[in-house]
Amino acid sequence: MAAKKQARKTNTSGEELLEHYKNMLMIRRFEEKAGQLYGMGVIGGFCHLYIGQEAVVVGLEAAAKEGDSRLTSYRDHAHMLACGMDPKGVMAELTGREGGYSRGKGGSMHMFSTEKKFYGGHGIVAAQVPIGAGLAFAEKYNGTDNVSFTYFGDGAANQGQVYEAFNMASLWKLPVIFVIENNQYAMGTSLQRASSSPELHTRGTAFMIESEAVDGMDVLAVKEAGVRAVAHCRAGKGPYILGIKTYRYRGHSMSDPAKYRTREEVQKMKDERDPIDHVREMLEQGKHATTEELKAIDKQIKKTVSEAADFAQTSPEPSLDELYTDILR
Amino acid sequence: MAIQILMPALSPTMEEGTLAKWLVKEGDTVESGDILCEIETDKATMEFEAVDEGVIGKILIAEGTENVAVNTAIAVLLEDGEDASAADSATAAPAPASAPAEQAETVPAKALTPVDVPMEDIPEGTTFTKTTVREALRDAMAEEMRSNEKVFLMGEEVGQYQGAYKVSQGLLDEFGEKRVIDTPITEHGFTGLAVGAAFGGLRPIVEFMTFNFAMQAMDHIINSAAKTLYMSGGQMGCPIVFRGTNGAASRVGAQHSQCYAAWYAQIPGLKVVMPYSAADAKGLLKSAIRDPNPVIFLENEMVYGTSFDVPDLDDFTVPIGKAKIWRAGEDVTLVSFGIGMKYALEAADKLATEGISAEVVDLRSLRPIDYDTLINSVKKTNRCVTIEEGFPVASIGNHLSAVIMERAFDYLDAPVINCTGKDVPMPYAANLEKLALVTTDEVIAAVKQVTYR
Repeated sequence: MAAKKQARKTNTSGEELLEHYKNMLMIRRFEEKAGQLYGMGVIGGFCHLYIGQEAVVVGLEAAAKEGDSRLTSYRDHAHMLACGMDPKGVMAELTGREGGYSRGKGGSMHMFSTEKKFYGGHGIVAAQVPIGAGLAFAEKYNGTDNVSFTYFGDGAANQGQVYEAFNMASLWKLPVIFVIENNQYAMGTSLQRASSSPELHTRGTAFMIESEAVDGMDVLAVKEAGVRAVAHCRAGKGPYILGIKTYRYRGHSMSDPAKYRTREEVQKMKDERDPIDHVREMLEQGKHATTEELKAIDKQIKKTVSEAADFAQTSPEPSLDELYTDILR
Repeated sequence: MAIQILMPALSPTMEEGTLAKWLVKEGDTVESGDILCEIETDKATMEFEAVDEGVIGKILIAEGTENVAVNTAIAVLLEDGEDASAADSATAAPAPASAPAEQAETVPAKALTPVDVPMEDIPEGTTFTKTTVREALRDAMAEEMRSNEKVFLMGEEVGQYQGAYKVSQGLLDEFGEKRVIDTPITEHGFTGLAVGAAFGGLRPIVEFMTFNFAMQAMDHIINSAAKTLYMSGGQMGCPIVFRGTNGAASRVGAQHSQCYAAWYAQIPGLKVVMPYSAADAKGLLKSAIRDPNPVIFLENEMVYGTSFDVPDLDDFTVPIGKAKIWRAGEDVTLVSFGIGMKYALEAADKLATEGISAEVVDLRSLRPIDYDTLINSVKKTNRCVTIEEGFPVASIGNHLSAVIMERAFDYLDAPVINCTGKDVPMPYAANLEKLALVTTDEVIAAVKQVTYR
């Protein structure tokens, strides 16, 4: 077995590392629970889990400030938790209940929070990309220094509208960070089989957009890149592209044949590059937390997730007259 | 032989224009390609070049002359060796074929005023100004942009070019580049971007040069704009107006000649309006811009230049979802919207001379549809003909027929007839295009069928 990547030496404070650890673990435990509930038939339809990719959204949220907006694809649970949305409201939307963020009418892929400036949850691959540029357009129009974090996957990176958005964002100097979450598989099609150029961060070169490649299994590397991107956008220099290489442990959605990659490949990533293990090692090596303290954190998170799951199963289904509400204002 | 130089058409829909300036004078020698004069319309300015060489024998239309019909002789070009007398004989020659644009003829003035039906919500004593649909749309946008700084206009050629059809004329000068934004030619992208701007609290007006191009943006209109309010459980919606020309223009072929009324009218979460008159265009566009929902605003190039009475009111709005009865009648209900109203009103005029009294209902809005006004009319007349330019299958008329059957079956004395465009891609050839569109004669024939005459 190949050697595990050494935990990096860092000047990051124990406090911050602990924060990353909690946030990533929260996502993982939440997603594991969602997977269980799906298996029990409590969650229906599509359900796309983020397990393995936690460092991406947690690292970038650590670089954001109040007022920034974010939106992503249908693999969206983690983005909501990371920006501070209530796990109960997210889980109850997965179960299609009244207590969900969309009162049960959106589902896993369609949730929003104007309070946290989370603008969805988009089910059409890449549709969120020009919309994210539009959020940045509104910020610029209103004269704020807020930025728009626009997440999309390696599959979406081949959609034409991404390049239409790149062009306008660069032309009009919009404060948008295009975050390409390259988990290396668009459903079951590997990057090599779908993309003529594997270096996705260079996709904005033709539009003069600054960019960098980022190790998405290292939360500190993601945060550092995020800080650079945010500074660029807030300074009025226009968009920035982060090509973040990450890995999804689970299938594309719950019904995934798992035929397009080997079990060994997945296991190797889990063993050698797990983003949560990596931070735990840094915490232990830096003596920032004892094993007992980490266990206590794990216990607390499990409790929060379990409460969310309970809420999601006890919250009533939406009332039948909700069928005809919220179509028009 | 002396050659007549004819007033050129700058576009397929041009009927007349202004001969703004002569750049040559009588006696000048010109070569092919020399600029002879400048022609202007409300849409465009063009330098008109000589296609033959010769001497300008006579200028027939003085510069500054307005309303010069297309194909009018404007000058006479003498060939080598001819003298000025040849110019006189040339002008005495039979007049050239008249302008081909039958469909561009203006609607008779009497049809523009509702018969016995007052215009709604307009105080007595209000004065009116003759305004083209094009100007009315521009005025609506300008008024709303003045009163709400979150309102902005984006689209192809809306700024420096002053609008591909000159609808946004003057807006860049008044509101500047921040609020009148020329986009690259990327409908899919800029529509998504505008939806994002609406999510972010702005009030975008997106101009599609024509709704044919909005096909590229369909996903954002339907999936991103129309469904978000519902998918968010009422938390956030998308206040946005998508507007532009819709339907057939003139001789622009299959890809540029299609009515999308029935497509958009099917989508919950959208409002859809399709005005005919300038007053409705202005009042409905102002309402659309203020509406908190996505509104599809379908215009028609063929009526941009038509003038109607628009009330001189500071803030004239027309509610979305209310039909208008243009003329009251007893024998049959003609229901239409947009340019279809032209055929409905023309048919009603002609039918009146034959003793058939038609009530003409302009739906104005296609989502929501004002069913009550239509049903009440059908209950009175017991007969109905629907008129639209769109394709016949799953048309608005089909839907209206079903609603009339459900709600007024016992009142009907004849089956409802749908007059529509034909079930073919739009042909280019002039004769075939004419055949593909709905005509006034077809409406009259349908009325005779339902009235058993």
